[in-house]
Amino acid sequence: MPFGQLPLRAGASFKPEHFAAISAARQPVAFFEIHAENYMGAGGAPHAQLRFIRENYPLSLHGVGLNIGSGEPLDRAHLARLKHLWERYQPESCSEHLAWSSHGGIYFNDLLPLPYTQASLRRVIAHVDEAQNGLQRRLLIENPAAYLRFEESTIPETDFLEAVARATGCGLLLDINNVFVSARNQGASPQAYLDTFPLDLVGEIHLAGHFAAADDQGEPLCIDAHGSPVIEDVLALFDRVIARTGPLPALVEWDNDVPRWPVLLAEVSKVQERIGLAAMHKDAAAA
Amino acid sequence: MAWRLCTRMRLRRKGEKVGENLMQNWQDEFARAVLDRTLPPPPGVIAPNTKGAQERFAVYRNNRMVSLLGALEARFPVARKVVGDEFFKAAARQFIAAHPPRSPIMTFYGDAFPEFLARFEPAQGVPYLADVAMIEAARTRAYHAADAKPLGREALAAVPCEALTDMCFVLHPSIEILSSPNPIVTIFAMNWGELDLAPIIDWHGEHALIHRPEFEVEVRRISAGQAAFLRNLAARNPLGTAAGAAHAAEANFDLAGNIALLFSGLAIAVTSEGGSIPA
Repeated sequence: MPFGQLPLRAGASFKPEHFAAISAARQPVAFFEIHAENYMGAGGAPHAQLRFIRENYPLSLHGVGLNIGSGEPLDRAHLARLKHLWERYQPESCSEHLAWSSHGGIYFNDLLPLPYTQASLRRVIAHVDEAQNGLQRRLLIENPAAYLRFEESTIPETDFLEAVARATGCGLLLDINNVFVSARNQGASPQAYLDTFPLDLVGEIHLAGHFAAADDQGEPLCIDAHGSPVIEDVLALFDRVIARTGPLPALVEWDNDVPRWPVLLAEVSKVQERIGLAAMHKDAAAA
Repeated sequence: MAWRLCTRMRLRRKGEKVGENLMQNWQDEFARAVLDRTLPPPPGVIAPNTKGAQERFAVYRNNRMVSLLGALEARFPVARKVVGDEFFKAAARQFIAAHPPRSPIMTFYGDAFPEFLARFEPAQGVPYLADVAMIEAARTRAYHAADAKPLGREALAAVPCEALTDMCFVLHPSIEILSSPNPIVTIFAMNWGELDLAPIIDWHGEHALIHRPEFEVEVRRISAGQAAFLRNLAARNPLGTAAGAAHAAEANFDLAGNIALLFSGLAIAVTSEGGSIPA
């Protein structure tokens, strides 16, 4: 049973440049997702557009600034802003990242990694508890894209995420592009990662594109750029996951070099087709 | 037994404290290394091969810098056009180093950029640059300002003429008034595509009204009198005081015309001394 209330179908990142196209006619998109921090102004076009989206589609709020992976206390003012946004729009889902983004009063505008130790596990559990209590709702926590590892890590990432979820009651947001990127960057197997991932705790899937390069030693270095179509290798991993779980809400993320709406919509349709096939196979297997 | 339990608890609490301190320390080092390119990657980060850690750590540095530069470029396209991409990037990098974001709300990052440009030595040859950037910073704030229903003409009819001088006004939350010794509204409009690019022969100061009537932000040139009038009203001075300041700044200030403007978009509430009149 998936966490959360998003439809078990494909959704899209909402970008303001697509609003004219989206509002002109009903779109074959199951839900839209926004970055919470982009809607923390008081009013104007951003909120007018978000009101339209909220009134016509299921909505997912995806935050980047809550700093859950930090050794510092949570920013209570930011938690209050997130709560205010949630109360204003009543989204079907609210998610954040297993990462940190602020330290020493400076916001880094990136999702930075943390070592996976008993100490960091306790800290993340405490932060997720505080966030969920503050918001009075369950969060989904997303797995990160990794470019390196920490020597001091003693807990595998999948175990870490599962431990956080079981201790706090939060759900997980499985970003399959991040799984692929992290595995490529660390010479690991994305399939092995997914085989140990607690799929029963997944409330949403993210799919996105990445930039594939190599470091100066010739080792693969993929950057989680969110600026291109989802590659077939990532879709194949997605097929593998939903073959086991059945249909899940799946978001096509495209945040940079954003294409025209028909291009993004085609990506959403591609993903929806995969979900449809998985549902058929599951029904056939059950019959 | 109780003694052993207490000792275990004490050691566990100490271990947790040490754990917490270690957590803070690795994060201090990681953060410092992201901010300072001259530092090596923090100890304890590893890549598939040892030499790769430097380049992989650089991804975080690059992500941060590229995204912050992108934010400033998006917020200040006219300033960027005026000085060119290379100069803008160099100025932006120095601004980022001196004034890193302090909030996850990146929408308003760069509020301090106009003031930085005003003091930026290499930009002294472009004296209007900072003021043009001020318009752009105000535009973002106006774009995201709270929604508010403006007063209509019927509200003007509801106020007795003789009471008008003592009235105070609440201006639309998007409104900002900017003044410059340079023709910044003209320069802005030329670079925004609202006016044809042409040499400015008659170089004089201009005042700008930034206002968002509905969803689109307007940047309008206003007179010295209008600027004084609106500034006084924004400071919650009564209409009489604002009118006096306006006439002092501009001999033929059109008071009636500007009162009409208050009641057709610029003001959202009118209050008498000691009370308020519903709009």
